[in-house]
Amino acid sequence: MKCRKCGAAAALELRRHNAAFCAQDFLDFFRNQVREAIRRHKMFTRDERVLVAVSGGKDSLALWDVLLDDGYDTTGLYLDLGIFDYSAESRAKCEAFAAARSARLVISRVADEVGAPVPVIKEVTRRPPCSGCGLSKRYLMNRAALERGMQVVATGHNLDDEAATLFGSVMHWQTDALPRQSPALPSTHPKLVRRVKPLYRLSERETAAYAFLRRIDYIVEECPFARGATSIAHKEILNRMEEASPGAKHNFLFGFLEKARPVFERAEGVVLQECVRCGQVTTGTVCAFCKLSDQVKRAAGTGAAAPDR
Amino acid sequence: MKVVLRNPRREVDVAGNRRVKEVLKDLDILPESVLVIRGDDLVTADQMLREDDVIELRPVMSGGLL
Repeated sequence: MKCRKCGAAAALELRRHNAAFCAQDFLDFFRNQVREAIRRHKMFTRDERVLVAVSGGKDSLALWDVLLDDGYDTTGLYLDLGIFDYSAESRAKCEAFAAARSARLVISRVADEVGAPVPVIKEVTRRPPCSGCGLSKRYLMNRAALERGMQVVATGHNLDDEAATLFGSVMHWQTDALPRQSPALPSTHPKLVRRVKPLYRLSERETAAYAFLRRIDYIVEECPFARGATSIAHKEILNRMEEASPGAKHNFLFGFLEKARPVFERAEGVVLQECVRCGQVTTGTVCAFCKLSDQVKRAAGTGAAAPDR
Repeated sequence: MKVVLRNPRREVDVAGNRRVKEVLKDLDILPESVLVIRGDDLVTADQMLREDDVIELRPVMSGGLL
């Protein structure tokens, strides 16, 4: 198999593009896809300060790597979820990445903010662990950006993440979730920063290949709580479809963004207000993060919370 | 050849010279779900692997609520 651009031996085949690339031309392809995402959705400019949410995984570190190389003003944010060895290792990967590039990295511990780490939150709430974790991450990312006067948070969501989320929403016809699924969500309140996903045009195999070829030391092991997660089951289904029909994931997501999402956008927006407790943005009186934190602290007071190892 | 799998880490021996896509099919692994790594290089599905090769099939899937 030959590189489409230079004719040298290919390192990676991209069946959905009916193409293969050598390592160098693949890296160029990857960077160009990120640039196109940023340009098309006006995600941020070189004058803006970007908070990049990093987990130690391939996607977020690949994103940070591209943005640093392209000269954007970035700061990494690592949220320590307190998930035993997994968090210790992923934090070390982020710290090593930042140190090697002299990049700024902010670290925030979920246990300090919510009152307990993710394993305890999982026990207290009896909800799927990814639920309380995702809620906490979105809240803390927004607040961290606001506190530092940063206008935008960039996350490493890739094409597979977005297609799987869309698949889940459509399977349950969560029509309120559909308008919110976008590569770029604008700020709709002074206390809500813009959220962007510059990797949405790239599959997770492509982000893994970029990270490998750039010799980025990322955490390959998956989060122990993600095993059995619905989103992973959806990704596996979509990969089966992709195998039978290359481009299926791309067409599903991009078809939605171009043709269906506008239909689901509500005529009248949701009314946003500030949480009476913490002042962050919510649709209710008390935000979901404060309710979660209350639940965790109540359980800690009764001694009900003890994490499984 | 020796095939290294992850999550959990384990090794499988595959006999003979085989193409990457044949090895993936034998192990019931979708090409879209892994990187095929030999040393410092990525290997495409059409490439032939030799008996003495060591390859890693590195999963690319990450999950949870995003």
